[in-house]
Amino acid sequence: MTTTTADRAEFVAASRAPGKRSREGKGVATTAHIALILWSLLVILPLLWTLLSSFKSTQEILGNPLSLPGKLRFGNYASAWTTAGIGRYFLNTVVVVGCALVLVMILGAMCAYVLARFSFPGNRLIYYSMLAGLTFPVFLAIVPLFFVLKNFALLNTLPGLIITYVAFALPFTVFFLHSFFKALPGEVYEAAQIDGAGEWRSFFSVMLPMARPGMASVAIFNFLGLWNQFLLPVALNTDSKNYVLSQGMASFASQAGYAVDFGALFAAVVITVAPVLVVYIIFQRQLQVSVTAGGVK
Amino acid sequence: MTVTQDVVTEGGPKRPAPRRRRPLTFDRVSFMVVFLGLPLAVFVIFVVSPFVQALWYSLTDWSGFTSGMNFVGFDNYVKLFHDDIFLKAVRNNVELAIVVPLVTIVLALTLATLVTVGGAGTGTVRGLRNSGFYRIVSFFPYVIPAIVIGLIWAQVFTPGSGILDAVLSKIGLHQFENYAWLGDARTAMPASMFVMIWGFVGFYMVLFIAAIRGIDPEVFEAARIDGAGRFRTAVSLILPLIRDNVQTAYIYLGIAALDAFVYMQALNPGGGPQNSTLVMPQQLFTTAFTKGQFGYSTAMGVILAVVTMLFAFLVFLVNTLTGGRERKVRR
Repeated sequence: MTTTTADRAEFVAASRAPGKRSREGKGVATTAHIALILWSLLVILPLLWTLLSSFKSTQEILGNPLSLPGKLRFGNYASAWTTAGIGRYFLNTVVVVGCALVLVMILGAMCAYVLARFSFPGNRLIYYSMLAGLTFPVFLAIVPLFFVLKNFALLNTLPGLIITYVAFALPFTVFFLHSFFKALPGEVYEAAQIDGAGEWRSFFSVMLPMARPGMASVAIFNFLGLWNQFLLPVALNTDSKNYVLSQGMASFASQAGYAVDFGALFAAVVITVAPVLVVYIIFQRQLQVSVTAGGVK
Repeated sequence: MTVTQDVVTEGGPKRPAPRRRRPLTFDRVSFMVVFLGLPLAVFVIFVVSPFVQALWYSLTDWSGFTSGMNFVGFDNYVKLFHDDIFLKAVRNNVELAIVVPLVTIVLALTLATLVTVGGAGTGTVRGLRNSGFYRIVSFFPYVIPAIVIGLIWAQVFTPGSGILDAVLSKIGLHQFENYAWLGDARTAMPASMFVMIWGFVGFYMVLFIAAIRGIDPEVFEAARIDGAGRFRTAVSLILPLIRDNVQTAYIYLGIAALDAFVYMQALNPGGGPQNSTLVMPQQLFTTAFTKGQFGYSTAMGVILAVVTMLFAFLVFLVNTLTGGRERKVRR
C-alpha cells in the first residue's frame, strides 16, 4: 500500500520532462525546499527552545531567553514531577486513558459489528444518532452531563471520567469501524456458523481478528484524542488529586504565574510531550497511514 | 429512511440474511443484548440524554444546586441577544471559523503540493527526495496535546522572557523588545489564530499529500504534455480533484475553530484584553461552573450548536453550488 503510493509519486516525479525544463525545475525544487525548511523550523524551534529552557533556572529564563542553560539542571524535572504533581497526573492519565481505550474499543467494535452486519428495526436510527453525537459540540451537553454524573455519584472520580471518555469516543469508534466490518467477506462468517460457532465465537475468533487493521487505526486516533482531552476533565473532574495531565498542566501554568518556577514549568511541558513524541517517531509511518486511511474515507 | 425499507436493503441479495431463518437461541439472544445493549446504554445515558436535557434546561432559569427551576420560555435566548459580552464571543468565534480554516487549508495545500510535485521537473528525481523529513516534522504538533501547544506559545509570546521578542529585537526590531503579543487587543486575536493554525497545518498537510498521491499519475502526464506549469497544475488540476477532501477538512477545521476552548484557555484564560479572544465555549464554561447559571449557559450551548450546524451547512452549500456535486455522485 505504502510502496505503491511511493512508487506512484516517483513515477509522477520521473515522468516530468527532463531537459529544457530541468533548470526551471531545479529552481522550483529549491524554492520548495526553502519553503518546507522554513515551516519545519517554525515547528521545531519553539519545541527546541522549550527543551533548552527546561534545563535553565528561573533567573536564566527571565534574564536572557536566547541563552543556553549554564548547566543541565535536572532538578527542574524532579520538582515538576513531585512538587508540581506532574507524576501523579501522569499516572492518573495512564489509568484513565488506558481503561477508556480498552473499553471503547471493545464496546465500539461490538456495536459497529452488530450495526454493520445485522438487519433489525432501528438499525439506521441508531447509526444516525451516533453520527449526530459525533457532530454536536460537547459544550451543549456539558452542564447536564455534570448532573448525570453527580446523580450516579461518579462526579470527580476516575471511573466517572473513564465512562464519560468511553461514551464520547464511542460514536467516532462505531462510525469508523462500521465500514471495516461492512467490508468483511460474509462467506467466512457463514463458514464459521456452519462449523457450529455461535454468534459470540464467530465474533471473537473470526470477525474481530479480521478487522484488526481498522481497530489499530481507530485505537491510535482514540489514544491521541483521549490523551489530549481537556474539557471533560476540567468540567467533571475537579478534585486536584484526580487531575489528568492536560488539566494538571493548565493549573500548574496558571499557578506558575505567581510562584514563578519557570524551569519546572518547561520541564513539565517536556515530560508531557516527550513520551508521545517518542512513540510518534517510532510509529510515525503506521500513524500517517492511519490518518490517511481514516481521513480520505 | 424508514425501517422497513432498511430491512430490505440490508438483507439484499449481496448478503443473505441469516437472522430471519435462525431460531432464537440463548447464544443469539444474549449476543444481541450484550453487543447492542451495553454500548447503547452508555451512549444513551452519557451522550444522548445530556443533549436532550440541554434543550429543556435552556428554557429554564435553573441555577443547578437549588431545587427551584422555572420554565421561562425563550427568555434566556432573548437575554443572550442583548448580552454584549456573549455577542462579542460569537463574533470572535465567527472570525476564527473564517480565518483559521482558510489559512490552514491554503498553507497545508501549498506545502502538500510542494512535497508532491514541487521538485518534479528535474527529471532526475533529485527534487524532494527528503520530503519524508518535512512530513514527519510538520506532523509533530498533531501529537502534542492542544493545551501544551497553547502553553508553549504563551511562553514564546511572553514579553521579556519569551523567545519571540528576543529574536525580533535581536534582528533590529527594537519596538518589539517588550511587546505583549497576547496582552494587546490588536495582536491577541491574530496571535491566537496563529497558534491554532500552527497546531493544525501538519495534519492536513499529510492528509492532502495522501489525497494528491491518490490521483492517477496519467492525469499529471496529460497536464504536462498540454504544457501546464506547476502552479497551473496545482490550481486547476489538484484542487478540483481533491475538493472533497478539502470540504471535509474545512468542516473539521471550522468545528475546531468554533470550539477553540483549549487554545484560548492556555493563551488567555480570561478572554484576553477587552475580551478580544473570548470565545463562546469559554463564556459558557464560566457562566455554568463559576457563576452557576446553568439554564442560561445551556442556552449558550444551543447557540453554539446552531452556529456549528449552520457552518457545516454553509460549507456543503458552497461546495455544491460551485460544482462539487458531480464528483460526489460519481463516488
